[in-house]
Amino acid sequence: MKGFRGLLITATGLLAGCQTVLMSPSGDLALQQRNLIITSTVLMLLIIVPVIALTLLFAWHYRASNKKATYDPEWDHSTVLELLIWSAPLLIIIALGAITWVSTHKLDPYRPLDRLAAGRPVPAEAKPLTVNVVALDWKWLFIYPEQGIATVNEMAAPVDRPIRFKITATSVMNSFFIPALAGQIYAMPGMETQLQAVINAPGEFQGFSANYSGNGFSGMHFVFHGVSEAEFAQWVQKARSSGGDLSRDAYVKLAQPSENVPVTYYATVEPGLYRAILTRCVDPESRSCMTRVDLSPHESADASRTMHVNAGSAGMADSPMPQPHSD
Amino acid sequence: MSDIATTMPADGGPAQPLVFHEAQDHHPENGTLLGFWIYLMSDCLVFACLFAAYGVLGREYAGGPTGKEVLELPTVALNTTLLLLSSITYGFAVLEMQRDRRNPMLVWLIITGLLGAGFLTIELREFAHLISIGAGPQRSAFLSSFFTLVGTHGLHVTCGILWLIVLMIQVLKKGLIPANKRRLMCLSMFWHFLDVVWVGVFSFVYLMGVLP
Amino acid sequence: MLAHPDLAKLIFGRLTLEELPLHVPIVLGTFAVVALGAIVVLGAITYFKLWGYLWHEWFTSIDHKKIGIMYMILGFVMLLRGFADAIMMRAQQAISFGDNMGYLPPEHYDQIFTAHGVIMIFFVAMPMVTGLMNFVMPLQIGARDVAFPFLNNFSFWMTVAGAMLVMASLFIGEFARTGWLAYPPLSDIVSSPDAGVDYYIWALQIAGVGTLLSGINLLVTIVKMRAPGMTLMKMPVFTWTALCTNVLIVAAFPVLTAVLALLAMDRYVGTNFFTTELGGNAMMYVNLIWIWGHPEVYILVLPAFGIFSEVTATFSRKPLFGYTSMVYATVVITVLSYLVWLHHFFTMGSGASVNSFFGITTMIISIPTGAKIFNWLFTMYRGRVEFEVPMLWTVAFMVTFVIGGMTGVLLAVPPADFSLHNSLFLIAHFHNVIIGGVLFGLFAGITYWFPKAFGFRLDPFWGKCAFWFWVVGFYFAFMPLYMLGLMGVTRRLSHFEDPTLQIWFLLAAFGAFLILLGIGCMITQFVVSFRRREALRDVTGDPWNGRTLEWSTSSPPPPYNFAFTPRVHDHDAWWMMKKHHYQRPLSGFLPIHMPLNTGAGIMLAGLSFVFGFAMIWYMWLIAAVSFALLLLVAIAHTFNYHRDYYLSADEVNRVEASRTELLARHV
Repeated sequence: MKGFRGLLITATGLLAGCQTVLMSPSGDLALQQRNLIITSTVLMLLIIVPVIALTLLFAWHYRASNKKATYDPEWDHSTVLELLIWSAPLLIIIALGAITWVSTHKLDPYRPLDRLAAGRPVPAEAKPLTVNVVALDWKWLFIYPEQGIATVNEMAAPVDRPIRFKITATSVMNSFFIPALAGQIYAMPGMETQLQAVINAPGEFQGFSANYSGNGFSGMHFVFHGVSEAEFAQWVQKARSSGGDLSRDAYVKLAQPSENVPVTYYATVEPGLYRAILTRCVDPESRSCMTRVDLSPHESADASRTMHVNAGSAGMADSPMPQPHSD
Repeated sequence: MSDIATTMPADGGPAQPLVFHEAQDHHPENGTLLGFWIYLMSDCLVFACLFAAYGVLGREYAGGPTGKEVLELPTVALNTTLLLLSSITYGFAVLEMQRDRRNPMLVWLIITGLLGAGFLTIELREFAHLISIGAGPQRSAFLSSFFTLVGTHGLHVTCGILWLIVLMIQVLKKGLIPANKRRLMCLSMFWHFLDVVWVGVFSFVYLMGVLP
Repeated sequence: MLAHPDLAKLIFGRLTLEELPLHVPIVLGTFAVVALGAIVVLGAITYFKLWGYLWHEWFTSIDHKKIGIMYMILGFVMLLRGFADAIMMRAQQAISFGDNMGYLPPEHYDQIFTAHGVIMIFFVAMPMVTGLMNFVMPLQIGARDVAFPFLNNFSFWMTVAGAMLVMASLFIGEFARTGWLAYPPLSDIVSSPDAGVDYYIWALQIAGVGTLLSGINLLVTIVKMRAPGMTLMKMPVFTWTALCTNVLIVAAFPVLTAVLALLAMDRYVGTNFFTTELGGNAMMYVNLIWIWGHPEVYILVLPAFGIFSEVTATFSRKPLFGYTSMVYATVVITVLSYLVWLHHFFTMGSGASVNSFFGITTMIISIPTGAKIFNWLFTMYRGRVEFEVPMLWTVAFMVTFVIGGMTGVLLAVPPADFSLHNSLFLIAHFHNVIIGGVLFGLFAGITYWFPKAFGFRLDPFWGKCAFWFWVVGFYFAFMPLYMLGLMGVTRRLSHFEDPTLQIWFLLAAFGAFLILLGIGCMITQFVVSFRRREALRDVTGDPWNGRTLEWSTSSPPPPYNFAFTPRVHDHDAWWMMKKHHYQRPLSGFLPIHMPLNTGAGIMLAGLSFVFGFAMIWYMWLIAAVSFALLLLVAIAHTFNYHRDYYLSADEVNRVEASRTELLARHV
């Protein structure tokens, strides 16, 4: 009975699974991650399925009541088999390891995109849309430096235009995640992470924090609109015409903890606000205000691709921890 | 398994049958020194974490004083000398212990304890001075990790001195019985271990912090 | 509380009447039930005049077998608490959709998932694993006790003190609302000013002392106290896994101690290790805690692997296939477990090279693990597999664990992890390996060694009921979570907007309900087995036709375990003795050197509890006094040189003769 139920669940699961957001995403990065999930799973099933089958088969066939089965009470070693049972997983892991190495570099969220979708390289004249993302208690602030607007708990981006997210947080750690668009990356106070992605289909997509951050965490979600260039311009216009001003004072008020915050637009943003948030200097007198050279948790070996030049931290190269320097 | 039947117990002659139990009273070797050594290794890992924290945060002055500004090498050199000497005197105490000469051993232990106390006094004065000039552990991540690393070592020395006193009383009461000798050996390992850690602290925190 | 406010503050610190949850009906109800239960239990003990018995025979006992059993009881009691948390979470997530906010407000729900994780890892899995190692390992190596019997008792009570602190948080104040690893900045004093995180810190620090000391103790026991002839490559596999686990404990727990101490410094002293100001670095906490945290999962699962190895060999009626490669696989896993910690936070923004390094090291661990699975598989091959309850758990483990292993390797591919990290897919994965691996292993081990501990078997009918409810319940509870993970649903949410998700949560809740029935069957099993103990009696000491030394002695074993220390020639030592028609010696007994019971352990742990509680509530006076007392008692204990005695040869003779008579009666 258990087997039947399991089968049923697997069957419905697989059917439903094809339609889940991770299995049918709308952004090229998420799509490549989906393909990677499928490839890896199939590769592992090559060994998992035989193991499960053999387990059940051996357990059944060599049951004590089956006197017809061979019984060899002293047999406990076979060099050939031992070689096989170590080399079979080894081969799969070699294949998977190679895939991992290549795909991790190719799908590194910091890496500028080289294609919009399969077979469609990024046009030479394409300029990525920059969005500065701030995780607050408990809402998301999106600052569009080129458009000069800001929004809370809603964002939009044109279809097929590369987006460059720069992500930070105010108080605690969150994780910025739009499953249909691309994988997640942590948002941490006093540090900046990046994500380069592109949306390939219009639509409304869910975005949220994927790292527990306190009381209002459950309500910390937003809608991501994938729209055409014209609609994007309209959306920016809407923010400009209906929104208030995001001054430092307005930001300080916004940063107060609040839950299930409705969508808000800001027509203007005080210059340098994002930088001030990142360096924790919105209040320049604050104890926590810092002026660091490097705010990226990214390894310094990749410094050429990150915004800030990380001088003199060679000792920490390739380390998961940053070596921020004071001025 | 089939070849086992021909395997003879290591101390048995070739013709004897397999023996499956010890007819004599079997006493496993005492594991105290090994156990204590393993404890020291785990303690070493605590220090490793504190060193790592200092490695990460040791340049995070946050606008506060740097190591070069607040650390005084001459005082620390004196301090280091005291601690290294105390290790040597403990060594003399162990030599006396092995000769079963209780009173000379106690004298060496007292000297060791005094040297340790001297070390602690100088360290506490240094801490008090730092706090008084506003360079307390709250001032910056550098100072947090400095105080915690050096302070944890100091705490260990304090425990060591306390243990030394208790052990001296026990030796006075019970004499140099095997249990007490074992304890003296454990404390000896502990004391030398603290010395080794201090060499790390001295080089990593003080020398590297002060020298250019 | 007192008329004088300063005095009240000095004594009670920040603990006020408001901290008692008199306004939360759920907690009050729980308190009433717990209090009632406690009164009944304590009353019964008093009524039956069991206090003296418990104190002399159990609480102060330094017998590794009794301490092992007490660890198991602690683990089982805490399993009930942790599972109650699980049921509450499943219920909340099953109903909290759209306008329905469920029955738990976030501040309560957040405590529950934190407590669930902390309890299940530190106070269920750890005590049970430690308990089994304590009980079984000395018997397997032919020793009379562990290397440091007093430390063993002390370690156990420190674990209890930690567990008590967690339980106290239920009714006095609240527990942490940070998740089970308490990442700063969320767990720093600014974001979590209340006592919850302090409960977390002190509970783990106090229990951690116990764990570390027990790790040292068992490690020295294995190194120094093996029976003559038992070389390393003749140790039973469970002892091998115990050795590796204790190496991991000794090498990993100091890191936890250090990192929690630093967090405590940030909270109590105002230092800046992990703060967001003055140079603090929260990423260092995440790194350090996972440098402990990843070895921790192998600390739990390696002994389970050992149990499965013993069970498979015993019930397949064959030696374990590939003993040598099993041992090497265990050692390789031990070493590799230190090289993978970063896979818990690929999404923190380390570069591609760092991420892929840790991804690949993680995958490499699956090679020895896979080899182990094959070893068990080929142990069954050409065997005579008897489906006693421990073997059922083992087969269920093999099927379930490979699924968990597969999803684990999937999560180790960094770009895949960017999508799946922190999702319910991850939750499904680690429950898949912890329930399917550790818990199934512990259940197999409990059923397998129960007759050795108590002298009668567990009732197989109720055991099978528990087995089926648990296994089916597990699949119902966690397969939907894999699905939800693919739908992009993240963990630790107390409310959902999308109603289409609800069906999956209902399925998961149904699974949790089945597991509840499974736990019910287990409790029934204990009761039924106790009542039918005469029918289930194990007279021979070897109820399963076992292979290792623990089955050579009586069930339950005498306090000295072995009248004569065994001499070992093979890793299946008892099997070989049986093959050579070994005859138990009936005379020539010698006095046996034994450790004396002591109450110092329970006293020190009690004072540690008071100290921890006082520190949590800033009761500085009580903290200082209890700490001073702690030191005093510890020092006073070192003045006690009278710690052992000789059990007379006559006494040994009497015990052995009664066994001879028992065996003769049941031939």
